[in-house]
Amino acid sequence: MSLWEYANPQKFMQLSRWVLPFVAAASVLCLVIGLAWGFFWTPDDYKQGSTVKIFYLHVPAAMMAINAWVMMLVTSLVWLIRRHHVSALAAKAAAPVGLTFTLIALATGALWGQPMWGTWWAWDPRLTSFLILALFYLGYIALWQAVDDPDTAADLTSVLCIVGSVFALLSRYAVNFWNQGLHQGASLSLDKKENVADVFWYPALVCIAGFVLLFISLVLLRTRTEIRSRRLGALLARERMG
Amino acid sequence: MMPELGKYAGAVLGSYAASLGLIVALVAWSLWRSAKVRRTLAEVEARAAKAAALKAKAKKHG
Amino acid sequence: MIALLVRDMRLAMRAGGGFGLGLAFFLLVAVLVPLGVGPNSALLAKIAPGILWVGALLACLLSLDRLFALDFEDGSLDLLVTAPIPLEGAVAIKALAHWLVTGLPLTLIAPVLGVLLNLPEAGYFWLVVSLALGTPALSVIGAFGAALTVGLKRGGLLLSLLVLPLYVPTLIFGAEVVKRGADGMATATPLALLAAITAGVAALLPFASAAAIRINLR
Repeated sequence: MSLWEYANPQKFMQLSRWVLPFVAAASVLCLVIGLAWGFFWTPDDYKQGSTVKIFYLHVPAAMMAINAWVMMLVTSLVWLIRRHHVSALAAKAAAPVGLTFTLIALATGALWGQPMWGTWWAWDPRLTSFLILALFYLGYIALWQAVDDPDTAADLTSVLCIVGSVFALLSRYAVNFWNQGLHQGASLSLDKKENVADVFWYPALVCIAGFVLLFISLVLLRTRTEIRSRRLGALLARERMG
Repeated sequence: MMPELGKYAGAVLGSYAASLGLIVALVAWSLWRSAKVRRTLAEVEARAAKAAALKAKAKKHG
Repeated sequence: MIALLVRDMRLAMRAGGGFGLGLAFFLLVAVLVPLGVGPNSALLAKIAPGILWVGALLACLLSLDRLFALDFEDGSLDLLVTAPIPLEGAVAIKALAHWLVTGLPLTLIAPVLGVLLNLPEAGYFWLVVSLALGTPALSVIGAFGAALTVGLKRGGLLLSLLVLPLYVPTLIFGAEVVKRGADGMATATPLALLAAITAGVAALLPFASAAAIRINLR
């Protein structure tokens, strides 16, 4: 019994059908608790006022936007090396989710920046990197849409994902070089907990858990759809053959 | 019940509305696609099973 | 390999090969921007490095979709894949040919356009140096994008969407060199980084491009 067992589409469908409801329920629970806790029962920050509440959305979305790309990179590598279809389809399923999280991070960032920095948008390194990340997601999704043969599409998008990861990192450093920026450093990280007071930290943790679970359940759901749609395509092709 | 948001109410409520809106849209789209693909697949599978049965019958008689 | 280089360049130079098109586009960008932002020479001097780099980048993008498409249509790409020279080398040679007919002329014409945009005197040298160092990277990255989209019917627009985000680091460092040069500041750091990108990309990306072509021809 190894992890690769679940790369078999049938095994994956069985397992995910059983797991998905639990993950989805846990994600809804975490999001409702975390966001309600953050929204209703946390104090305002002495400097940022009530806008501190935006961070319960902004930080988890931004984290998951990057992690989604990392997950796509890993699954792309697995597809290229071990040729497991579920892996390629999971990468395809994750891309729109990652793009949505990137957009959430950008939108909440803009709404927060307006009162705090006095502008909706600044060409700050972090903001710019996220915009570039969004472009990478768009290109990746567009390439999946454009190629007809599913295996060719999986191969090409995997190559793009790997090359894109290198360039995304390069862009991150290039952008840092280009402008030092006004964005504060990472305000939430596991080892630098003292940055944030506990009152903000705990609800934020619950929200992060909620976003992680939301990502997992959406990817499971969408991967199931992709697997079904692959099967559908194969059946239709056979029907046409007569 | 509603917390005092002060002068930043627009930004805070806007952020929550925009984010939840995007998430709900994504979830709804994923569910809709899932249901659609599932339904079509069931249809096609039923059709394929029928065709296979017909073929088997024809073989038996022919 | 030399024969391939010569053949590619000849094809590109021939009428309809799009040789002059990139240059004309670059010229148009340099003419249209002052018409758009107004004749304020101080403002133009300030934005000239960025405009020239963006113009060169877009001009480079124009001819990318022809890089493999013609060979794909007439079947010579299949021959290249099975040819005794490694496909990686062939891709690198084709990128080089693309640079020789687009990047190099763009580099040479850029100082003239710098005059139109009122580029400060100190910037000309750095403009030429940065374009000479940076445009090969644009061709190699572009070749990767062209390899990804080679079999597609409507590949042109997708190609731009795929390639433009990959151009970001090159653009940033390239324009930064000219900006600093024009302001009389030290240019060594961005110049070294620009050269590093070109070298790294030229060494590694042909492998990815060749892999993409093999996938597309499978």
